[in-house]
Amino acid sequence: MNGGTGAARKIVLGFPLGWMLLFTLLPALVVLAISFTEKRLGAPPFTPLLVPGEGLLPDLNASGDNYALIFSDSLYIQAFAGSIRIAAVSALITLLIAYPMAYALARVRTGLRTPLLVLVVLPFWTSFLIRVYAWSSLLNSNGVINTLLLDTGLIAEPLPLLNTEFAVHLGIVYSYLPFMVLPIYAVLERLDWTLLDAASDLGAKPARAFFRVTLPLSMPGIVAGLLLVFIPALGEFIIPDLLGGSDTLMVGPVLWNEFFGNNDWPLAAALAMLLLVAVLVPAALVYRLARRAEVAT
Amino acid sequence: MTRLFPLSMLAFGYAFLYLPIAVLMIYSFNDNRLVTVWSGFSTRWYGELFRNAQIGDALWLSLRVAAVSATASVLLGTMAAFAMQRIRRAAGRGAFEALAMAPLILPEVLTGLSLLMLFVMLSEAIGWPASRGATTITLAHITFGTAYAIVVIRARLSQLDPRLEEAAADLGATPWRTFVRVTLPLLVPAIVAAWLLAFTLSLDDVVIASFVTGPGASTLPIVIYSSVRLGVSPQINALATLLVVGVAMLIATAMLTLWRAERRSAP
Repeated sequence: MNGGTGAARKIVLGFPLGWMLLFTLLPALVVLAISFTEKRLGAPPFTPLLVPGEGLLPDLNASGDNYALIFSDSLYIQAFAGSIRIAAVSALITLLIAYPMAYALARVRTGLRTPLLVLVVLPFWTSFLIRVYAWSSLLNSNGVINTLLLDTGLIAEPLPLLNTEFAVHLGIVYSYLPFMVLPIYAVLERLDWTLLDAASDLGAKPARAFFRVTLPLSMPGIVAGLLLVFIPALGEFIIPDLLGGSDTLMVGPVLWNEFFGNNDWPLAAALAMLLLVAVLVPAALVYRLARRAEVAT
Repeated sequence: MTRLFPLSMLAFGYAFLYLPIAVLMIYSFNDNRLVTVWSGFSTRWYGELFRNAQIGDALWLSLRVAAVSATASVLLGTMAAFAMQRIRRAAGRGAFEALAMAPLILPEVLTGLSLLMLFVMLSEAIGWPASRGATTITLAHITFGTAYAIVVIRARLSQLDPRLEEAAADLGATPWRTFVRVTLPLLVPAIVAAWLLAFTLSLDDVVIASFVTGPGASTLPIVIYSSVRLGVSPQINALATLLVVGVAMLIATAMLTLWRAERRSAP
């Protein structure tokens, strides 16, 4: 891109940069600051971080109590452990469904690929809230699935499907399936299939050729897909709230409840900072993978 | 792998993706108040939906917020996409990219909580924003809408043939004229797609809006959500059907537009 006068360049860079600093970076710093305050009654509902000190310099009134509480109370530890476990298991289940789908997409006639891919992506564009709601009405004890099973005589009484960890897994797999199909498809689409012919010429059975050739070569797509499902699932709120039960502990709903239920801003802020750390680790991995792919091409 | 297994998984995958929505749509025409007991075809819930003033107000608010935030997102996103191409120093570009992409990976509860806390602190410090509601929701939606807009517009920008701009410059066009007459028309499909993406994301957001809203400003997702939390309701089924059909049509149009433009400009 050539160009622009100096002033135009400054506006083009400065305006979005200013917006991001004000509405992305500054809020994160505000949360960090509030996470070191204590809850109090009043508006705002937390103690000031800076208090008047001797002379002109203010004194820092920071407290690590919120973090200490999170690391000592089993509720919060279980919420983080639950989020990580549920996100990881859901990502693996998504992989098991998405890989064969991506494989089939990469092998169909070229002309069919675009419409079939659009069909995979389209649900992602329709309302997330409504898609999760659709499952809650399907899994209900008098929902369509239970009604069908009861009518056919397969079960005698309704299965407890809704408000279980199973339902949360189902919701995550359903919502993030396109995130897994697309990166795996992208890798398989560029795969040199003559390598498989070579493997079979050399006497490898199809299964052996798949596990020794195709699968290792699709690893970049698999890793990207796993992370793309794992990251949003980690901080998920709507899915565990609508589909999960009282025993499905995840950080998102716990944070929501501290804020809206207990009006405990400092504790919610501390939970948010820890959630940020938990998300940044896999996100940094994605970034490095993307960089490596960029360098490779 | 044999051919049969992947193909049957593909069929299963499509059924898995589409059946829940299809069932929801079918049951929106169920006459029975008990959502899951079928007692005949009826459009009564659509009728009740259209007479529901609360949902009407919420829809109108959501549409306004989505239109304003999508427009601002596209403006900021276009600027940022151009700026990214211009930053020469790798470290500076990396930092700018990380900041621009952050809203894509941050959990919604974190984005919502942090923006609310920012608005409260700003209001304490400088008296703005005086109250929370449509304005604060719009500001929040512009912030994540911009991140998505950057991804879409940047992808298109990187595909453009730089020789077109060089040719315009060689023929004496000023940088501004080159932008308006050459670059911008080539970017239009991506800008349309980015606008639609930001619009639909804004129309769908419940978590961030719940944090940053104030008394009296309930967007459509907030109203749907509070109703859904209480259980399944036939009116919500009807509303969901209309929303899914409406958004699917918008998106299908956008995808077709982009696809056609790409084919036209392909060398």
